[in-house]
Amino acid sequence: MLGMASLVTAVLGRQLQAQQPQANPSLQTKPATAPGNVAVRLTVNGQVHDLTLDPRTTLLDALRDHLGLTGTKKGCDHGQCGACTVLVNGQRFNACLSLAAQRDGESVVTIEGLAESGRLHPLQQAFIKHDGFQCGYCTPGQICSAVGMLDELERGIPSAVSPHLAAAPEASVDEIRERMSGNICRCSAYPNIVAAILDSRAGRPG
Amino acid sequence: MRAFTYERPDSIAAAVQAASQPGAVFIAGGTNLLDLMKVDVERPRHLVDVSRLPLRNITETDDGGLRVGALASNTDVAADSRVRQRYPLLAQAVVNGASAQLRNQATTGGNLLQRTRCPYFYDVAMPCNKRKPGSGCSALQGYNRMHAILGASTDCIAVHPSDMAVAMTALHAEVELHTPSGADRRLPISELHRLPGEAPDHDTTLAPGELITAVILPPAPSGRQVYRKVRDRASYAFALVSVAAVLDVVDGTVRDARLALGGVAHKPWHPREAERELVGAPAQPDSFETAGQAVVKDAEAQRDNEFKIPLAQRLVVRTLSDLAGG
Repeated sequence: MLGMASLVTAVLGRQLQAQQPQANPSLQTKPATAPGNVAVRLTVNGQVHDLTLDPRTTLLDALRDHLGLTGTKKGCDHGQCGACTVLVNGQRFNACLSLAAQRDGESVVTIEGLAESGRLHPLQQAFIKHDGFQCGYCTPGQICSAVGMLDELERGIPSAVSPHLAAAPEASVDEIRERMSGNICRCSAYPNIVAAILDSRAGRPG
Repeated sequence: MRAFTYERPDSIAAAVQAASQPGAVFIAGGTNLLDLMKVDVERPRHLVDVSRLPLRNITETDDGGLRVGALASNTDVAADSRVRQRYPLLAQAVVNGASAQLRNQATTGGNLLQRTRCPYFYDVAMPCNKRKPGSGCSALQGYNRMHAILGASTDCIAVHPSDMAVAMTALHAEVELHTPSGADRRLPISELHRLPGEAPDHDTTLAPGELITAVILPPAPSGRQVYRKVRDRASYAFALVSVAAVLDVVDGTVRDARLALGGVAHKPWHPREAERELVGAPAQPDSFETAGQAVVKDAEAQRDNEFKIPLAQRLVVRTLSDLAGG
């Protein structure tokens, strides 16, 4: 049962029995009149939020502590582990290394926003099918990163292992491992993560 | 993180003005600055967010080069088809640095201005002349496997961490700056970073408030080019030693050679003597050996990084041989 809870938390990014979390009033920022605070408008998973934040607030802390979206994880908080990976305007970012104020007016997608009308994103489905995790802590970041990574592949962005810089890269095991190197899995579920990502592309060209 | 105020000016002039006040610092991608603010190494009182200024484009220059806007992300640079075709060593250097997430966030100007990853610079409990001038260098007596073998001083043996800047050095790029007086100026990238000397707290020659607006790549050099990086793991690690090389061979003779090394010095290392040795020499192993020896002629090792000297030499020889051969 614990394992199932961990799986659901990892893949869907929310606790069992919890619906889409609301902002926690006790964690709200100081009033807008406090000196130095900044007004920040974030569109998160399609929903617009107007926040008043201490400028020190990272995007990661805004998501977790101000919007209650705790699916995005804080691992190292220094851009080394990738647990906080989210999509900003469609591109994968480390939310810990971005100030929320810098993302004002921009669109963010987190693990909570990937499923559509109750249907898991193909990558979420593939991570379950291939058991692409153990403890699940890195999983939201892995999945968001993989969404961004596959888009980068499709746009032809090269990587360090692309054999020909001028040619379109292929979704090979080597390419996926290199392109996912910014997401650390301390349980070392890498083989299953790679299998899940490859499988999520089944039926697609290349 | 210490408290600061934040603003996002909507023009270059306003940004430079805002940054000229005491304690003000530019922020763009923020991937290095925020990291350093969290560990209390950087302590800005005011952040000037330049990330939305119109400096993101990569455009052709009149002479057939490229002007890379300072806010072009690392991914933008590596993905640009003109960069990939005309300056492949630059695209290679970029994709060999950091992680994909960081490359999406990090900018061209910020990459040049990133600080050393010397662990003693990062640890505010330890003396460090770069962080606190006059306090001493902990790396000299500490664990210094990652540190400099060229151009270091008794005050600092840190290395510059950028791959991109090494490639740009081999390409003889120029850095375009907007100054607080309102004027633009350019300087060769080899003059942007400085050696530590007695003032390792100064990484660059920039004056306070100066903003990097672009990097100008001259027309692509003739010949073949490559960026090769040796590191402790295959991905997402800083260089032990890296080399950016361009080799133009005509009828078996080297017509032009350009070299720059990363991971060896306080700045991207430009071994001019080795380049001179190569030009006019036969494109043969002996010439490349001579160049490799010239690169490390003045190298000095610390306790833990002696391996870097033969590594740098062999990497230069191997890279040049591959460019001449395959």
